[in-house]
Amino acid sequence: MIRPSSLAAAARPLLTSAARATPATTAAAAATAARLSTTRMLRDQHDASGTTHFGFRTVREEDKESLVRGVFSSVADNYDLMNDAMSGGVHRCWKSAFIERLAPAPDTRLLDVAGGTGDIALRFLDYVREQNGGALGAAHVTVFDINPEMLRVGAQRFSKLGLENGGPHVSFVEGNAEELAGIEDNSMDAYTIAFGIRNCTHIDRVIRQAYRVLKPGGRFMVLEFGKVNNPLLSTLYDAYSFRVIPHLGQILANDRDSYQYLVESIRKFPTQQQFVDMMKHEGFQVVGQGYEDLTFGVATIWSGWKL
Amino acid sequence: MKLYPTHIPTSLFEKVLLTVGGGLKALHDPLRADMVAAVGETTGRAALVRLRDQMLRSSTGRRILRERPIITSETFPPFRLEALPESTLGGAYYHGFMQKHGYVPESRVPVHFIDDAELAYVMLRYRQVHDLWHAMTGLPPTVEGELALKAFEYAQTGLPMTALGAALGPVLLSHNERARLVSTYLPWAVMAGTRAKPLMNVYYEEVLEEDLEALRQELRVTPAPALA
Repeated sequence: MIRPSSLAAAARPLLTSAARATPATTAAAAATAARLSTTRMLRDQHDASGTTHFGFRTVREEDKESLVRGVFSSVADNYDLMNDAMSGGVHRCWKSAFIERLAPAPDTRLLDVAGGTGDIALRFLDYVREQNGGALGAAHVTVFDINPEMLRVGAQRFSKLGLENGGPHVSFVEGNAEELAGIEDNSMDAYTIAFGIRNCTHIDRVIRQAYRVLKPGGRFMVLEFGKVNNPLLSTLYDAYSFRVIPHLGQILANDRDSYQYLVESIRKFPTQQQFVDMMKHEGFQVVGQGYEDLTFGVATIWSGWKL
Repeated sequence: MKLYPTHIPTSLFEKVLLTVGGGLKALHDPLRADMVAAVGETTGRAALVRLRDQMLRSSTGRRILRERPIITSETFPPFRLEALPESTLGGAYYHGFMQKHGYVPESRVPVHFIDDAELAYVMLRYRQVHDLWHAMTGLPPTVEGELALKAFEYAQTGLPMTALGAALGPVLLSHNERARLVSTYLPWAVMAGTRAKPLMNVYYEEVLEEDLEALRQELRVTPAPALA
């Protein structure tokens, strides 16, 4: 995390070397400081010894992927129940708002990454159908996930609704978001990742791959847990996160550890602004501040454009 | 602050949450041994204190508290137990129980929510010797047998979860089994549980080769009436 003193320390040499701090040099210095702080923050995500964070634990980088896979294999069957229990059903509102912001068209090709059980993909198709007088048109979603168990749950769900894997409107693909193997450059109109990016070992690579596969004019959208900045609410939120959710995980899903990982991983994720900086670093342009808080920052939608 | 390796420190609020939520889940799905264990721990502190003090009043009990023996496949090796005749405690435990029903000592749930290392050990010991008490009383690990044993355990330990289990469990039985439980096994459990010497004070690891009947005489354990 960035401390104000380190930002000032980064800026100081640039300021003192100028004869006088004019607005131009101050702005340039601030911009350089911001870039340095993003670089430092990216580096903080993994240190030189090849370790990274897994919630509050420190693990080897190469282990994080399989640890995350293990978490989601463990939670797959109870995933939807736990989401409802933990958020009191509010996660459904967040996901619906997410698709409303995307506002897809009947010819949109969407890549939904970490989309496992298909919550976003389903809402995407429902939105298109509603806007298009009941027909799905040429809308297509590729549901991409690292975890085969989550994909299995998703494909089953879709099959029950008559939407077969590999059919005209949906396909389920297993793979790593840091590579997006098999997805061609400049092929997607939109890229969504809902509650998945915080589990990736190298967030910068995920953003880079998103940029690669989007068409020019394409939109990158992230829905993820954010930071609650209101001090009173954040105290309540922390108490709920650490004192209720792991027990709910044990009671409902017989798996305390996966939910402990969940609440810890939320704290390790970059702040709203830091994530915008990471997006810009990979080439995305943003409109306004680049993010929108939902439920006081418990969840946040980030949006960027490849121009 | 973790006081022992499996300790999960919890506030009062969390203990209430676990008791209510865990209790509901355990009622809904009695096979969730972790939930039964959790409720046992959140409600059991007072009884564990009494049990620990009872152990302190006996020299063997004091030794158990000092040495904290743990029953594992290493301390209770199956090959050693297998060689024992069924007339011994170890043989009855192995042939009549472990082997027949496929239990291993490690299948007991670890203790998480007791905020004291010694009391956590007492709880663990109670869980681990439960199977030996099956051998001592002659009760089979059927639903009926388990409920009768729970009532016996309540008389011996005073743990609230044993009473809860014995009181609520009968919904799982057939009408006839329930009638038999009430008319025969509950009275036996109360009588035998109060008559027997404190069974938590027995160093089971040292008496595996003893003759079961002799042990029962010494510990004043009246075996349960035979279940059909």
